[in-house]
Amino acid sequence: MAVRLSGPWTAPHAQKVEALADDIAAEAESFPLVLDLSGVERLDTLGAWTLNRTRHELSAKGQVEFANATPEQKILLDEAAYRDFQGEPKPRHSRFVDFLVDVGQSVAGAGKDMVGGVGFLGELVSAMIRVILHPRRFRATAVINQLEQIAYRGVPIIVLISFLVGCIVSQQGIFQLVKFGATPFVIDLIGILVLRELGVLLTSIMVAGRSGSAFTAEIGSMKMREEIDALRVMGLDPIEVLIVPRIMALVIGLPLLTFIASIAALVGGGLTTWVYGDISPDIFLNRLRAAVGMNTFLVGIIKAPFMALVIGIIATLEGLAVEGSAESLGRHVTSSVVKAIFMVIVLDGLFAMFFAAINY
Amino acid sequence: MMLDRHHPESLENRDVIIRVRGVEVGFGERTILKGLDLDVYRGEILGFVGGSGQGKSVLTRAILGLVPKRAGTIEVLGQNLDELSAEGRRQLERHWGVLFQQGALFSALTVKQNIQVPMREYLRLSDRLLDELAMLKIEMVGLNPDAADKLPSELSGGMIKRAALARALALDPEIVFLDEPTSGLDPIGAGEFDDLIATLQRTLGLTVFMVTHDLDSLYSVCDRIAALGEGKILAEGPIEVMLESDHPWLRSYFHGKRARAVMAGGA
Repeated sequence: MAVRLSGPWTAPHAQKVEALADDIAAEAESFPLVLDLSGVERLDTLGAWTLNRTRHELSAKGQVEFANATPEQKILLDEAAYRDFQGEPKPRHSRFVDFLVDVGQSVAGAGKDMVGGVGFLGELVSAMIRVILHPRRFRATAVINQLEQIAYRGVPIIVLISFLVGCIVSQQGIFQLVKFGATPFVIDLIGILVLRELGVLLTSIMVAGRSGSAFTAEIGSMKMREEIDALRVMGLDPIEVLIVPRIMALVIGLPLLTFIASIAALVGGGLTTWVYGDISPDIFLNRLRAAVGMNTFLVGIIKAPFMALVIGIIATLEGLAVEGSAESLGRHVTSSVVKAIFMVIVLDGLFAMFFAAINY
Repeated sequence: MMLDRHHPESLENRDVIIRVRGVEVGFGERTILKGLDLDVYRGEILGFVGGSGQGKSVLTRAILGLVPKRAGTIEVLGQNLDELSAEGRRQLERHWGVLFQQGALFSALTVKQNIQVPMREYLRLSDRLLDELAMLKIEMVGLNPDAADKLPSELSGGMIKRAALARALALDPEIVFLDEPTSGLDPIGAGEFDDLIATLQRTLGLTVFMVTHDLDSLYSVCDRIAALGEGKILAEGPIEVMLESDHPWLRSYFHGKRARAVMAGGA
């Protein structure tokens, strides 16, 4: 039996090519079957592969031959000769097992992060001590540059969101307290909440998103391009050169930003109480002075350097964990921000418990 | 390691597949290509040489439409690129494949998925055929089937080039652009890659536009060479023409110490 093929047997006509090949396989009755290629206008790897595959599928029933192929078509048919691509099937687990494996891996990963973080903290402290012992190795320019990036350029956005949050909290405070005839207490609420918690929390979250991600990306891309290795072979300690200035700048910058953020939130709260609660600014200030003490302010500001340390350590660890690909960089930047924000909130909770315990 | 070069009978009778006329490309104040003319004939391997910063990659990118040109026309497969509609351009882009210098494999996808990206985009294939064709391309470029499920970050430099070539060939293109295909490969790997390009060119009837610095590639696989300098084509023709040229740059390029070593070893 002979079948004459015609037209283009190429990739753009893949569906038709596949259907025709299946038809040939289904309708082939007498063998040897001759596939006459004289009418084929064009043949590409897809066409050649499909023909070879059909020939292989029919090989159990009988022989199939190609006839009238041009020399080019012959080369192509040889190049696309049939071979079995089915590797060993991968072992499949049930969803439940996969889920358990996933949970286990996450827990083990969190444990590893913990150990890595503590180890890195030690490395960082020893690098800082080295810098303190040899003040010549202190990189003032790098620290100032980082301070500009972290603190100075972060001021507008942090002022804006703190101001808005101050407005929102005080507006809701007035709406709820007015029911009890206790409107002036909104000033106590705002003052204590902002100075103790909100100022430092908002700033830390913004800095984690703004500067933590930038650290991870910078250090990660330097790692990707072997720049970290280049520093090391020049006898420079990457922790001393890259990481100490960044973390120092964070530790200095975050308290400054926290102060600015708190003031912005108080201004927002004051304006809102003026507009919604008819409390004039001088009454607001008087009452605020009575409501908050130095300790309220200190509780907030003491937390700031610790938040900075946590953000810096997570950001650098994630940066150093970046491997070759751009995808890995993206993944680590995301996880740097997520982990830093999570840890900042957890740390704030721990501080709240601590200060409550010592009645400060 | 010489492959028998298939000498074109007469250049005039051959089909021009890429026609570049009076192309000017510049960035800001600097003009890089100053009215460049070039023909690429169907079925040949054209080696494109030139000093660093002379605009070899710029011309490639201009033909591919990745950098805008200030003047001139570029015709590919008889169609003027400036006059094409978006749909016409899409149709045309299926007819070329590009091997970027660093491979430009999508880092989030495995080698097999990388090869399947253009197939999924342009062709309507059954899943089975999609897998089989991708595996076939992987074998054609001389990669081990195990490489199919690896991510680009797990591959060596030579494997990345091969995988990227497999992706460039995914749609059975008529023209393949290779940007320094052998850079970063060891001499053995580079030689194998040259042979691979020559073999694929013969079996698939490809036209190959190859930007290269590699004298070995120029000697062993290129049918014709075009040399770029001062924003124009300094000379074009088979290697013999290059060797006879008086232009100082060409003389130092093809008669330098390294070139003599290649000639002594190869030719």
